Amino acid sequence: MKMQINTKPFGEIEVDNKQIIDFPEGILGFDFINKFIILDSDKNSPFKWMQAYSEPDLAFIIIRPADFMTGYELQISQCDLDEIDVNNYDELLIFAIVTIPSNPSEMTANLQGPIIINPKKGIGRQVISLSDKYLVKHKILDELRNAFQEKGKK
Amino acid sequence: MLILARKTNQSIMIGDDIEIIIIDISGDQVKLGIRAPRKISVHRKEIYQEIQMENIAALSSKFNPETLKDLSNIFKKKQTNKSTDKTKKGNQ
Repeated sequence: MKMQINTKPFGEIEVDNKQIIDFPEGILGFDFINKFIILDSDKNSPFKWMQAYSEPDLAFIIIRPADFMTGYELQISQCDLDEIDVNNYDELLIFAIVTIPSNPSEMTANLQGPIIINPKKGIGRQVISLSDKYLVKHKILDELRNAFQEKGKK
Repeated sequence: MLILARKTNQSIMIGDDIEIIIIDISGDQVKLGIRAPRKISVHRKEIYQEIQMENIAALSSKFNPETLKDLSNIFKKKQTNKSTDKTKKGNQ
């Protein structure tokens, strides 16, 4: 079913209700927001928007960790997978929320609290990484540089 | 709040299946062992707070749509640089 929603990046747009992802527990600090929609920001851009369904002003920029770093490994507890009803990591979409400060090139991604989504069932959850190498602020451009240097070596 | 005094190797039970054991006490630090079913997630409280603060910071990211375009272009540039880097290396 098609419906109109108000979004922060694009104003009013039409979406399909199948695009709505349920976040039964919201995300940390926003546990009252239980429905989000993932929107592309621009063609060929690695950034996407995670727009709250009923709150036009509430939208996060997200990125897939694999798009800016090599060797990213999601390490979370089994109960987090159970919560969104997936059995293995292959069925998952993984995103990190991006923070863009006044100097945009200092933008960071939160890998301590990644977002996992079961696209088939339309359920999502913000989880806590069990690995202590992932922090709330990873400088995206630095990681990108490292990733390319590593690739160059190979 | 319930307050209990415990010594090393003693434990407390929360419900039937969650056990918290005092493993070691040294100075102002206590090492705890937690035995709980897999469906119970256990994390340090600061981590919840950090992620919460970061979510709030992410939301107040100040930028206009052009910023995102510029940033996406950085990715494209990097990718082009990467391929030129490779070519250079190949030539050497």
